[in-house]
Amino acid sequence: MAAKPKQDLSTASQWRLMAIKFRKHRPAVWAGMLVLCLYGIAAFCEFLAPHTQQYRDIDKAYAPPQVVRFISSDGIHLRPFVYGLEGFRDPQTHRKVYVEDREARHVIRFFVRGEPYRLWGVIPWDRHLFGLEGDATVHLLGTDSLGRDMLSRIFYGTRISLTIGLIGVGLTFVLGLVIGAISGFFSGWVDNIIQRLIEVIMSFPNIPLWMALAAALPTTWTPLQVYLGITVVLSLVSWTGLARQVRGKILSLREEDFATAATLCGAGPARVMFRHLLPSFSSHIIVSLTLALPTMILAETALSFLGLGLRPPVTSWGVLLIEAQNVQALASHPWLLSPVVFVVITVLAFNFVGDGLRDAADPYSK
Amino acid sequence: MSGTTNEPLLRVRDLRKHFPIRKGFFQSEVGRVKAVDGVTFDLAEGECFGLVGESGSGKTTVGRLILRALDPTSGGIQFRVGRQWHDVAAAGPEQLKSLRRPMQMIFQDPYASLNPRMTVFDLVGEPLLLHGMKNRAERADRVRELLNQVGLDPRHLQRYPHAFSGGQRQRIGIARALALNPSLIVADEAVSALDVSVQAQVLNLLRDLQEKRRLTYLFIAHDLSVVRHISDRVGVMYVGQLVELTEVDRIYRRPRHPYTEALLSAVPVPDPRLRKQRVVLRGETADPSNPPPGCPFHPRCPYAEERCGKEIPQWREVEPGHFARCHFADTLELSSQPGGPVRNHSPVSA
Repeated sequence: MAAKPKQDLSTASQWRLMAIKFRKHRPAVWAGMLVLCLYGIAAFCEFLAPHTQQYRDIDKAYAPPQVVRFISSDGIHLRPFVYGLEGFRDPQTHRKVYVEDREARHVIRFFVRGEPYRLWGVIPWDRHLFGLEGDATVHLLGTDSLGRDMLSRIFYGTRISLTIGLIGVGLTFVLGLVIGAISGFFSGWVDNIIQRLIEVIMSFPNIPLWMALAAALPTTWTPLQVYLGITVVLSLVSWTGLARQVRGKILSLREEDFATAATLCGAGPARVMFRHLLPSFSSHIIVSLTLALPTMILAETALSFLGLGLRPPVTSWGVLLIEAQNVQALASHPWLLSPVVFVVITVLAFNFVGDGLRDAADPYSK
Repeated sequence: MSGTTNEPLLRVRDLRKHFPIRKGFFQSEVGRVKAVDGVTFDLAEGECFGLVGESGSGKTTVGRLILRALDPTSGGIQFRVGRQWHDVAAAGPEQLKSLRRPMQMIFQDPYASLNPRMTVFDLVGEPLLLHGMKNRAERADRVRELLNQVGLDPRHLQRYPHAFSGGQRQRIGIARALALNPSLIVADEAVSALDVSVQAQVLNLLRDLQEKRRLTYLFIAHDLSVVRHISDRVGVMYVGQLVELTEVDRIYRRPRHPYTEALLSAVPVPDPRLRKQRVVLRGETADPSNPPPGCPFHPRCPYAEERCGKEIPQWREVEPGHFARCHFADTLELSSQPGGPVRNHSPVSA
């Protein structure tokens, strides 16, 4: 058995074939990297964010985004820098107006010492990926009404929004798989009841159902409890689709020759289920979970935006967007909408990855 | 003609399988599809019994019932292991597992019957593993030996089914069926999905294996020329019932049921100059949920008389060893010519 590439393929497992095919799907690969980057942000947001969550500077409220520059009146600089911001009140409108202070050139430094924090709430550290020397501050995406750094808050929000998607999808997965498998395997009246229940759940309009369930969460709960409560709410509504897919797959695969063959070889029902049936559609489950993640993230964003999901001081993308509800604030401070960009990018990236996986999952498609 | 005098290996008595038709919210039964409706035959040890009929005639269901891949509605299936007779139809899960050791199946579709997620080693080795051969190295040796026997390269142990052609996949299926040293093999349209040239190879393989291992085949097919090539006896099924059963030469010499005549005349003849006068059947196969009164074949039968629409013909022995289900089995002079009654054709012994 020489290690010729052709022979490699014939002994390649389904997962390897899938990986090979996925790699040919360029947009999906790029989107996959993007998703990994986003989860990187979620994992290391304390380090990547220039400020901590507690940071606020009321004198810098509604400061516009600062532009990273390489060129000043002195010529080209090798190190990026920002100009300081000088804030004053407009005597006519009493609004705070910021102008760049061309004299104050602050070089952006990397791995700079800054506000102390605890990485993952445990490891004490004070290094940040980037920041300015001394007391000067940098706000690449501006600040909000309390002078909090938008970029830092978005990074912290990434952690919440992306993990809520993961945990929610995990719960959905368990619910959908178990209920769907029961429905498909036992069929008969069990199947009938479960399917009618799914129809009822599916026929509820999403937002009012979320609202009702979210309103049932006690107001006395801690932010962590609310966070878990919201994931449960989201997955209670969204398991139905997966349950149907699993049921359908099991119903059809049960009749496949290879399932019969396994039974005739002496395999019991459990072995047929877990060794033969489940592996043959695990790739489909992964695909539908990948496509369910963005829906979950969008749902959290929508709920929090409506004030029914997570509540401050917890930071998620949806919570950040609450500030963007005020049209006047939005008109004069458009950077408050920047979390939307992250939401859109995340959802698109997940969809591309899901598409790529779906194409790769079917070994016989062209 | 080897097998017919031997002691039977399998006895099927009045086997029935009715599938309920359920409708509506409460899934109430509104009818029954009589897929198999009173089938009786014996399989002699070492013979190859061909079961033919068009799609929907219930031949596949008979095969699956014998292996209890489906549970019969009623009827008896007795299987002999050594000198001991076992009641397959009434066997519980434990007994069934041990009974499936000497009875195995080869499937029609070599693509659907092999789990695409498992290597050849896992596929062919699974019955061994499930029947107690836990040692991996021992299993690998046995699988290599089996692959050798079915004409596959034993080095391809770790390959997945996607790396094989249809004929090769069917050989994997055969190796899997042989793994437990069965005495009976139900070959359900084992070659129908293959190219004609590959069909011949697989048929020859099946015959060689039969000689070497004294296998008994229940060979289910819709192609009479294939059945003639491999079978000792033939049973013809129509809408869940056997309509004719006899030795293969006799059926090719003088069929006793008009449906058999029609089937024989539908066998393609590879001769473009031949003018065909096929017995073309009118109408559709009878609906097994609502079969016509009298003989189920009478609406399509070219020889039907009034009696056929009223009286159900009995299953009877027209001459010794030749059974038919037709009122006029004794008097009808039926042709056995492929392509229709045109030229003299001497039957070749199969």
